[in-house]
Amino acid sequence: MNGAELLVEALKREHVTHIFGYAGATICAIAEALKAAPELAYTLVRTEQNAGHMASGYARMSGEVGVCIVTSGPGATNLITGIATAYMDSIPMVAITGQVPSYLLGRDIFQEVDITGAVAPFSKHSYLVKNARDLPRVVKEAFYLASTGRPGPVLIDVPSDVQKQEVESPQWPEAVSIRGYRPSVQGNGMQIRRAWETIARSRRPVLCAGGGIFLAGAEAALEEFATRNSIPVVTTMMGLSLLPTDHPLNIGMVGSHGSPAANRALAQADLLIFAGARVADRAICEPDQFRSRIPIIHMDVDPAEIGKNVQATIPIVGDVRHILRQLLEQGVCQPEEGWLSGLQALRRADLDHAPRERGGGVTPGRFLRLLGERLPADTAVCADVGQNLIWTCRYLPMQEGTRFLTSGGLGTMGYSLPAAVGVKAAQPERNTVVICGDGSFQMSFPELATIRAEQMNIKIIVFQNQVLGLVRQYQTQQPYTGPYGVDLDGSPDFQTIAAAYGMDSYCLGSDEKAEAVLDAFLSNAGSSLLIVRVHPECSTND
Amino acid sequence: MQQTLSVLVENQAGILNRVTGLFSRRAFNIESLAVGVTDDPSISRITIRVDSGNNVLEQVEKQLNKLVEVIKVRAQEETRYIGRELMLIKVNASTKTRGEIAAIAEIVGAKVDDLTPTSMTLELSDTTERLDAFQAMMRPFSILEVARTGLIALQTGGGKL
Ligand SMILES: Cc1ncc(C[n+]2csc(CCOP(=O)(O)OP(=O)(O)O)c2C)c(N)n1
Repeated sequence: MNGAELLVEALKREHVTHIFGYAGATICAIAEALKAAPELAYTLVRTEQNAGHMASGYARMSGEVGVCIVTSGPGATNLITGIATAYMDSIPMVAITGQVPSYLLGRDIFQEVDITGAVAPFSKHSYLVKNARDLPRVVKEAFYLASTGRPGPVLIDVPSDVQKQEVESPQWPEAVSIRGYRPSVQGNGMQIRRAWETIARSRRPVLCAGGGIFLAGAEAALEEFATRNSIPVVTTMMGLSLLPTDHPLNIGMVGSHGSPAANRALAQADLLIFAGARVADRAICEPDQFRSRIPIIHMDVDPAEIGKNVQATIPIVGDVRHILRQLLEQGVCQPEEGWLSGLQALRRADLDHAPRERGGGVTPGRFLRLLGERLPADTAVCADVGQNLIWTCRYLPMQEGTRFLTSGGLGTMGYSLPAAVGVKAAQPERNTVVICGDGSFQMSFPELATIRAEQMNIKIIVFQNQVLGLVRQYQTQQPYTGPYGVDLDGSPDFQTIAAAYGMDSYCLGSDEKAEAVLDAFLSNAGSSLLIVRVHPECSTND
Repeated sequence: MQQTLSVLVENQAGILNRVTGLFSRRAFNIESLAVGVTDDPSISRITIRVDSGNNVLEQVEKQLNKLVEVIKVRAQEETRYIGRELMLIKVNASTKTRGEIAAIAEIVGAKVDDLTPTSMTLELSDTTERLDAFQAMMRPFSILEVARTGLIALQTGGGKL
């Protein structure tokens, strides 16, 4: 077997079924080996960054490691944003890059870049394979590293001569042994007891849940723990859709773009429990203001997250699913009378808040509520970055079974469309909706070709305000004096673009027709595009 | 505050880059760094001196621990380790000054490694502070060149990292 065949065999042994990739000279041997493995589905993307985002969407939906393969040099550098995006959201991913022949490394020959060096700050680990004999071990380790502990992207750089190197009687390791890597799973028993005592004593506890709950598969444990102890739950953006919008314990999303009820819950709490949340600036702007007042319990699988943004009173390192189960065994407690019901009243007011209607276009909040009412419960909603994302977080009702995806950590424009392709590849039956802006759509619409080639059914909504809306909004606030460089002049007619890709499209220009247009759009048999015209001055505070 | 970190790592290509990258990304200056293989040829020991507060050091320790090739990390408590550094120092030395330089060298325990009609090269292994002091003593004679290894450290007593 040659190196490329070993690599493909190793992927099969890791139960990989789907690969997102883009061809190039330094991965021709891998292509040859993939050709002989038709059981591995291969999706050709339209630019490498999107192979990363598709692998991310795939991983988040399937719970498996997402895999992408690209060529050396420009292919690898194009993938960098995909890798960084996955890193910031702790997405399990294995990225394989071709590399120039190992005997020419370091000479800056055609299409050589030091990709392992380039991704070091935002990958969990990387390998440069110098001998094909190492491939079985390297692939096994890479999948193990990507998917255990705090998940993340791992890169394997494979020089083209290593792909062609013949290996006789390759060794397939049974187990992984890396002495410097031992992630904790169970929470420390004493910390669990201390945490429980603090919880049982608290009168106004709040649980803040983040994307780590999804990664740990702890959704059910979270709901059970919160319900059993009547603890109100707020989520970060990455934790959105952990609980349905109208769940009695769901008080909403925290942070600078969050809901008043959720932020009020934080302000009035006498105990904060962070579960799988990084406590980053967008969610909690001044974490230290809490620490001086109230105890903080912080559970995270990554010890380096604890004490990074907030100094926890009781840190618990481990898998949050295990920790929540351990806490469930400790007993049952009840917060102060009126604590939950008070927050529920605030929450009701948030949900009933009437979005401001400006005229001259669709009211995003009104539109999103109508959309939410019409989406099947199992929908995966992929939202992009910008005002479109903030409106979606705020107004789109999510049901039991709805899954919300966005690039919360890096905030990468153009994430939503390729992420949706990954979702569909993982779960073809799942209804999938993309919500993006006209700026982000123009970063990602070449992937409409991928959607067409794969015959996927994805519903794409573009809020068209003719501007890079969120940045424009920032520029109109202190200390800035007005918009600059944010008008999307020269944008194409998106309906013509849709038609060019053989996709039906709809356009909504005012609130009146929203119901009828949405019904037609959502009942379209295939992928379709809906343009929603929004006034350029419409803001996230509307 | 000056702090000393001892780090055991896999003896592999690229690891030093990852370790130092962690420091530069957090805008810490490394004061000195020494690397060498341990008794186990698959493991290297890195000793790093940094200038930082306690909180920052704790975060660096945790980030270092996250590197897959890092086997162990310890921040050495200030009084509980033996730290040594090696210095080679070349100074101008004429027949007039040679005797005085040799006398100072003898007092501090430095060895003369090389002698020419116009220069002397001395070698001293000691704590960083004493090397600093010796270097200061040599300055009036006019220093031509200095090479220092950076600190290496082992904890006192019978324990190990
Ligand atoms: C790749 C990338 N470039 C730039 C930004 C900065 N940025 C954040 S929001 C935004 C505007 C997005 O515009 P659009 O997609 O039209 O969405 P809107 O805010 O108008 O809803 C920009 C440019 C980013 N997040 N990602």
